[in-house]
Amino acid sequence: MTKAELVEMIAGETGISKKDTGIVVNLILENIGRALVSSDKVELRGFGSFKIKQRRSRQARNPRTGESVGVPSKRVPYFKASNELKARLNPDGLD
Amino acid sequence: MTKADIVEDIAQRTGLTKKEVGETVDLFLKKIGDLLVEGQHLEIRGFGTFKVKERKERMARNPRTGDAVPVPSRRVPVFKVSKMLKDRVATD
Repeated sequence: MTKAELVEMIAGETGISKKDTGIVVNLILENIGRALVSSDKVELRGFGSFKIKQRRSRQARNPRTGESVGVPSKRVPYFKASNELKARLNPDGLD
Repeated sequence: MTKADIVEDIAQRTGLTKKEVGETVDLFLKKIGDLLVEGQHLEIRGFGTFKVKERKERMARNPRTGDAVPVPSRRVPVFKVSKMLKDRVATD
């Protein structure tokens, strides 16, 4: 499924126009992206949270040449699903 | 940042009511969950992909007793961050 299909489904249920729904959905994504860029975390109750992990700089090797190369420290975004969402995927109470 | 912050920001920028925005945001999140429950994935360009991964059954140990206990196979939601978003975030 793509964003366009999702927007269509949402608009169908709320009665809000597809155009406005599309704008809202894009702004949701924009807000999450902006928060992550400024290292802020985004907590969406019942869904999950988006956070940033800091990776330290490290020495790695070029697998082709065996040369040692420095990998600079960087920030990596990740998503942690809520327990509610995990439970929905495993209805028999495994999670 | 919480959902309320996001709703507030969007309502201000669009002129839509907080109720309308809130409803849309809630449905957006609910629908993603519904899709994952159905085993579908959702690809959002420039943001990332939500999908479901199957974790195989494995043996684990009760750390208190040391007993081997089976962990049944289960499905877990995962989000793969798009290259574009990774690059935006990576630079310190």
